[in-house]
Amino acid sequence: MAFDKMELRDIEVWDGNHAAAQALRQCQVDVVSAYPITPSTPIVEGYAKFKSDNYVEGEFVMVESEHAAMSGCIGAAAAGGRVATATSSQGLALMVETLYQAAGMRLPIILNIVNRALAAPLNVNGDHSDMYLCRDSGWIQFDAFSPQEAYDLNMIAFKVSEDHDVRMPAIINQDGFLTSHTAQGVHTLTDDEAFNFVGTFKPMNDMLDFEHPVTHGVQTEEDWHFEHKARQHNDMMTIIPNKIDQAFADFETLSGRKYNKVECYDMEDADLAIVCMGTSVETVREVVSELREKGLKVGVIGLRVVRPFPFFEIAEALKNIKAVAALDRSAPGGAAGMLFNEIAGSLYNTDSKMLLSGYIYGLGGRDLTKTNIVDLYNELQANADAGKVLTKQQQFIGVRGPKLAYL
Amino acid sequence: MLEIRWHSRAGQGAVTGAKGLADVISTTGKHVQAFAFYGSAKRGAAMTAYNRVADKVILNHEKYMKPDYVFVIDPALAITTDVTINHKDTTKYIITTHLTTEELVKAQPLLEGKEVYTVDCIQIANDTIGRPIPNTPMLGAFMRVSDMYEIDFFKDSMNRVLAKLPQKIVDANMIAIQRAYDEVK
Repeated sequence: MAFDKMELRDIEVWDGNHAAAQALRQCQVDVVSAYPITPSTPIVEGYAKFKSDNYVEGEFVMVESEHAAMSGCIGAAAAGGRVATATSSQGLALMVETLYQAAGMRLPIILNIVNRALAAPLNVNGDHSDMYLCRDSGWIQFDAFSPQEAYDLNMIAFKVSEDHDVRMPAIINQDGFLTSHTAQGVHTLTDDEAFNFVGTFKPMNDMLDFEHPVTHGVQTEEDWHFEHKARQHNDMMTIIPNKIDQAFADFETLSGRKYNKVECYDMEDADLAIVCMGTSVETVREVVSELREKGLKVGVIGLRVVRPFPFFEIAEALKNIKAVAALDRSAPGGAAGMLFNEIAGSLYNTDSKMLLSGYIYGLGGRDLTKTNIVDLYNELQANADAGKVLTKQQQFIGVRGPKLAYL
Repeated sequence: MLEIRWHSRAGQGAVTGAKGLADVISTTGKHVQAFAFYGSAKRGAAMTAYNRVADKVILNHEKYMKPDYVFVIDPALAITTDVTINHKDTTKYIITTHLTTEELVKAQPLLEGKEVYTVDCIQIANDTIGRPIPNTPMLGAFMRVSDMYEIDFFKDSMNRVLAKLPQKIVDANMIAIQRAYDEVK
């Protein structure tokens, strides 16, 4: 059965959800097994519409839960197809058990997570609680800061994930509403350019290859379990970072758009830096440009690849920084934030004398304003001037009530 | 940077209107952003939508803005809510109402001294499209007040944006846009 190609303008005004759905269409995903949840629903809805309009040759499987959605993806990926789905928040929470299955079975599945707060209290808006919930599940995790990046990173994710030296599932995160429902100009690839970039799906150990029977999802007790997990970690630490760099380089050749595991902005001569994720990276970039005009030596780092964590790239980017703020958009539940911990780990046994402070912000979609960010840089400047962190190491931005500070 | 805030009820098409406007502006080489606050919005709940327009890529994702234009596409919201929040001296208001501008300002003192334009987008939409969807007429009124584009260019562009709708509906929208352009005061 032949499918139709779609004529796209060079720049389309798409929100992040539509950008992701278009990428799934252009990659000609074979199976989407999905259960809808706000704010990710339009991604799988979009794929379903493209399929019913004959723009994609594939199967859309409607299931009864997110657990079943990922289970369907696992079955389809093991059978030997290009597979993707999308979810958010509570849906991801229900999916977590199967995320570990997918990673353990090394099935190249692409999952778009439209980041949203976790209940209770119920909230449909964006924070990174769901991203953090599955950060150790063994999936590769990318983070998009805009609709353009949600589009591009989907293609990059297929390319990395399906590589026979990788064979690990990959997540593309985008901010709920701030990216998923924000329409902006997106530079498109033609259908042929996009598909040729990811290439025809090449199965490996596929269950539909009856000439070469294989077993997926086996039981291994203490005799082999550890070796399987260790090998996966080894590949995450050694092979996959290079494959990601290669895919970024190939994508730059195709599109002119350059991605890096650690996205540095005005960092070369910076004294002060903020490290954050999602749309916040872009807002901080705007503030950085404004503060640079006033002569402040400030920069911002956006984390493009959350897993495998770019430990050495972070250490390199921050080595000459005097004071840095780690911004975590997730309730830390009685600990320092994830980014605070990872950055501290990256810098610990180095010569860096960097002053690190952590901030929790934006929970449940609370706005991060440019004023907040200016205040933050002022606080970092005071730390740098004093040669020590003058505040507690963990503070909250934009929460009402008495000022909260810990550690 | 041009910033617009829409006041609407969920279901009246503010998000579609904001995205449509962004689409048209994008074709002229400018950078655009269109977004909304939803919450768990149910049909009829008050909501806001936003546009940003700039000559360079828009990086700012804060929800906060001091708008250059405020569009109110539900008549009651101009009375029951404060549509002047985060006002600046140059903010212009285009408000859907059956009242004259003078009557409206009298009914809502917060609008006193502000640059207010009125047009009955609900009536126009009912007359032309046959449903009270006031988003496209509001854009016609905006073209008149802002002088952003020639109305014929704008209508041609909206024809493309709305192309997936039945031709009868597209034609009705064109009449609605023109009427609002002609009638806004």
